[in-house]
Amino acid sequence: MTEEINRAAYSHFDPELFRKDFPVLHQNIHGKPLVYLDNAATTQKPQVVIDTIAEYYKGYNSNIHRGVHQLSQKATDEYEKARVKIQKFLNAPKSREIVLLRGTTEAINLVASSYGRKFIKSGDEIIISEMEHHSNIVPWQMLCEQTGAVLKVIPMNDLGELRMDEYKKLLTEKTKIVSVVHASNTLGTENPVEEITRLAHTVGAKVLIDGAQAVQHFKVDVQAIGCDFYAFSGHKLYGPTGIGVLWGREELLEVMPPYQGGGDMILSVTFDKTVYNEIPYKFEAGTPNIADTIALGTAIDYIESIGIDQISTYESELYLYAEETILPIDEVTLIGCAEKKGSVFSFKLKDVHPHDVGTIMDMEGVAIRTGHMCTQPVMKHFGVPALSRISIGLYNTKADIDRAAEGIKKVLEVFA
Amino acid sequence: MNEELKEIYQQVILDHNKSPRNFRKIDPSTHSSEGLNPLCGDHVFIYLDIQDGVIADISFDGNGCAISKSSASIMTAELKGKTVEEAEIIFNQFHDMVTGKLTDEEEIENLGKLSVFQGVRDFPVRVKCASLAWHTMHAALHSETVVTTE
Repeated sequence: MTEEINRAAYSHFDPELFRKDFPVLHQNIHGKPLVYLDNAATTQKPQVVIDTIAEYYKGYNSNIHRGVHQLSQKATDEYEKARVKIQKFLNAPKSREIVLLRGTTEAINLVASSYGRKFIKSGDEIIISEMEHHSNIVPWQMLCEQTGAVLKVIPMNDLGELRMDEYKKLLTEKTKIVSVVHASNTLGTENPVEEITRLAHTVGAKVLIDGAQAVQHFKVDVQAIGCDFYAFSGHKLYGPTGIGVLWGREELLEVMPPYQGGGDMILSVTFDKTVYNEIPYKFEAGTPNIADTIALGTAIDYIESIGIDQISTYESELYLYAEETILPIDEVTLIGCAEKKGSVFSFKLKDVHPHDVGTIMDMEGVAIRTGHMCTQPVMKHFGVPALSRISIGLYNTKADIDRAAEGIKKVLEVFA
Repeated sequence: MNEELKEIYQQVILDHNKSPRNFRKIDPSTHSSEGLNPLCGDHVFIYLDIQDGVIADISFDGNGCAISKSSASIMTAELKGKTVEEAEIIFNQFHDMVTGKLTDEEEIENLGKLSVFQGVRDFPVRVKCASLAWHTMHAALHSETVVTTE
């Protein structure tokens, strides 16, 4: 994209217009208008998403895939329509490759326990990276403990970029799974997932991409990436909590054993033999999260009505504004300086502990995340117990960034 | 600074954060314990030298926020020379104060320097920061090696 097109997109993007769609943003915190900059933890929900949930419970609440009555038919239709929206959103080849789960964490656990237990043996190797969220570390450690497989870690450099040279050295015919994050929740780094996938495939390994911090910020096309599994959560995509997605290649999902047993995942049950349902239902045991799935569909409609490329361009501009505004404060050290990054500004504020930063900024009405952000290996790499993080969403403005900068100055005043 | 903020970040607290007292290891110690707040990464070690039921020496190290660090510092200063029984009583009173159970002004005043932490009760998520060192000290007295406040 040329710079001219970027600017044109930006000039049409009016965050003030979108702010009106998010009721939670219009309130005072400690007597000051809320500035919400904790979007990497969870995003706020537009009114249309909230309405979708209420409409379901008020108008057609019923169980799916089993009733012949009209409400059940309507609920089933809406639920399956959402699956198709998700498929198109990811540019996945087939809607039957979309498994609806609780979130990214459950999606990774499903692959680790279903694919892992069937195909991973003692001595096999699984590669993750140093910048993974705990949810993309622990399920693989558990699998290694159960099978005797070995966990390998791609190191990163001090800018917060994966060391691709070291990654290439780790890849051998023993490598069976590579599971890496698309965009880091702590560093903002956008990883070269196409290249990571291509290299993994040269040794025959399967690739899972954790897209929890990606889908809300830029266009994700699973076919272009070429990966085998892709996971994301609804609540970071302006949708409800408790709903997430695993996309997997049809031929892999077909040969994977069910993850949980119960209703909806079977074709027939006798005490001698149970025949499992076809994909994706094989992986959706029990009554699923119907309301939130339908509302995730609405969230995707909402994002697409704005345009993910527009959001991407705007957020990149706003991130640069954050660097311009906050970095001149001498006491601030930015952690995570990858060449390709966006929307996450994690920082150290001289020797002030992030929890004190968080409390004081909260008193100023500015909500940010402070702590280890579920990435303790990243904290270790940079030699800090915790960090403060500003993370941007589509409704944030330059005024929000200015308020964050003022908040940081207030912290320095207290800790002068 | 607004009033609530002044209440939690009092000068005494900021001072102890900047220059913590008894910030060292006692080696050998008669009692010690490690305290962790996994939520925020606060990590404190408490060391005690107890002779004939009296806290002859007490110290701490580790890292944490201003509230947890100053709380540990002030605690060590206050408990040095006290008996184990007295330490137990003060532990309970301090705990009741930061959780808002102790409201009697006079009783709070009797806690002396420790009363600077009464503002913490208005910040529920920070109560654990103020009480971590105390729980760790308490665990050390009862010979528990690791304590977490989650």
